[in-house]
Amino acid sequence: MHDTTAAHHFHAEKNKTVGRFFEHNKRSVFYVALILLFAAFPLTGSSYWIDLGVNIGFYTLLALSLNVILGQAGIFNMGHMAFYGVGAYVTAILNTVWHWPVFWTMPLAGCAAGLFAAIVARPIIHLRGDYLLIVTIGIVEIVRIALLNDIGGLTGGSNGIFGISRPVLFGFKIVKPIHFYYLVWGMVAVSYLLFYMMRRSRFGRALNYIKTDDVAAEGCGIDVAHYKLLAFVLGATWAGMTGSIYAAKMTTIAPESFNFMESCIIFAVVILGGGSQLGVLISALLFIGLPEIFRQFNDFRMLLFGLAMMLMMIWRPQGILPMRPRLYAVSKKLFSGAKESTSKGQEKIA
Amino acid sequence: MPLLKVDHMTKNFGGLVAVDDLSFNVEPNSIVGLIGPNGAGKTTVFNCITGNYTPEAGSITFDGQSIKGLRPHKIVELGIARTFQSIRLFSDLPSIENVLAGRHCRMKAGMLSCLFHAPSQKKEEEASVERCMEELAFVGLAHHWQDPAGSLSYGNQRLLEIARALASDPKLLILDEPAGGMNEQETKALVDTILAIRKRNITILLIEHDMRLVMKICEKLLVLEHGSLIAKGEPSSVRNDPAVIEAYLGSDANKW
Ligand SMILES: Nc1ncnc2c1ncn2[C@@H]1O[C@H](COP(=O)(O)OP(=O)(O)OP(=O)(O)O)[C@@H](O)[C@H]1O
Ligand SMILES: [Mg+2]
Repeated sequence: MHDTTAAHHFHAEKNKTVGRFFEHNKRSVFYVALILLFAAFPLTGSSYWIDLGVNIGFYTLLALSLNVILGQAGIFNMGHMAFYGVGAYVTAILNTVWHWPVFWTMPLAGCAAGLFAAIVARPIIHLRGDYLLIVTIGIVEIVRIALLNDIGGLTGGSNGIFGISRPVLFGFKIVKPIHFYYLVWGMVAVSYLLFYMMRRSRFGRALNYIKTDDVAAEGCGIDVAHYKLLAFVLGATWAGMTGSIYAAKMTTIAPESFNFMESCIIFAVVILGGGSQLGVLISALLFIGLPEIFRQFNDFRMLLFGLAMMLMMIWRPQGILPMRPRLYAVSKKLFSGAKESTSKGQEKIA
Repeated sequence: MPLLKVDHMTKNFGGLVAVDDLSFNVEPNSIVGLIGPNGAGKTTVFNCITGNYTPEAGSITFDGQSIKGLRPHKIVELGIARTFQSIRLFSDLPSIENVLAGRHCRMKAGMLSCLFHAPSQKKEEEASVERCMEELAFVGLAHHWQDPAGSLSYGNQRLLEIARALASDPKLLILDEPAGGMNEQETKALVDTILAIRKRNITILLIEHDMRLVMKICEKLLVLEHGSLIAKGEPSSVRNDPAVIEAYLGSDANKW
């Protein structure tokens, strides 16, 4: 039994077997099917469904970016909407005041959110999980109140900013919901791939060590504070870029879109996802999509949302899909010819 | 010149003086044992050296450089690797990834090359996996490379911690009770492993309660009681030191 599971887990370039080849292709087939499904979805639906799809896409992007911080590094950030808001407002201001094209503002919106995250997180990143949670709630509230108070006369107070122009990509104006659908889900695909690669690297491993045991990680030579900050800034930058597209989609943004409650929802989506990106995607579809579909039940839908979360906590506390083990290419000669271990026991003592 | 020089080091916990004005040297390429009754302050000494605690007074010099007050990861980078008395592996992660954690500080790929899997990142990753497999083979765990660390036997977990420490290319290896929880046969194998580590020109400082192991491999012993040194020297002379016998009789007579 031990041997068969072993054969499924490693991926040895130097001695491929048919079984492993199939295992490998099964995933590719799954992802190709998934991409086709998402690409075909707008062809069947009405504009209501497409708009819902765009909305879920924004949440998915936010959840994937928070997954780097919370799912991978285990940093309790309940203020993710603050960075989304910073990105959205940077684009809105640059676009309406100085008439910058939306796509030009996007890298700047990301950088601004990342810089903001670096400044606010630096002094607090070493805090224990529960304290960090409270401080990040404070951050999202401070940002919202600052926007409400029309800081620098640029944010427009409670009315927000309107008249943000549509983005233009290689001469093509992105206006209709269906355009935004492909833009946003294209961004989801790119983010998914990049974060997947990130996880399978020194950087991704460092985040996982820190999440598991930060004292042991530091003791092994990992600069815990540095990597926590990097994860935080990377996630915030992504949220900022997402906010940029959000501003262009809505053409009007207001402080109330970036509140604590929304941060909570993203947080819950990531926790319920279980750490893997596929889990986060499914979680976003379920927990953002379903309540929208049940909108006709009005107040009941939040009740259903809460109930679903409680049931999850009871029956699947590890989340929808926990992280899969990483695969390593190890040639057989490196592990089979080795001398026998000193102990063959498998049971764990103490 | 000693590799490690601890000078008048003091560490307090509230009113408790855990390490009291302690001074000792560790010469390059030696195996030094730090022994003493339970609660003598041995682990605290290690935690001060590795940067987990900052001593209130005194100095710690490693390889000619003061390391007092540096953060633990910095000290690993400078060449001191450790194992923990209470095993601290990443128990859900496969053995190979536990060893890769130790290799981390010798790898260079930055965040962007990790996101895009730059060619240099891929090459470094391959070389690191191979190097870590060699360390696993060195401690005899190569065939466990993909088993979660938590599924290994207690003795093997201690060996895995040693492999993880070795992966960081240390000059000084600090082992906190490496034989703790091992059976006789495992302890015997551990002695061979420790001697093989020294052959790689790695200096070893270890805490151990198993006196047979200590007597067999240590060239020099430091005996700690209530945070201060009560004896030091060759194992044979320390063993007959009246102060040492007194200390052990006072607390834990059957340890010898
Ligand atoms: N973090 C801490 N906070 C408070 N007191 C501590 C702390 N760490 C250790 N001590 C105390 O310092 C003293 C020395 O502890 P230490 O763990 O260094 O002993 P030790 O020699 O390693 O003992 P053992 O052989 O049992 O491992 C003990 O009295 C212990 O209770
Ligand atoms: Mg101890």
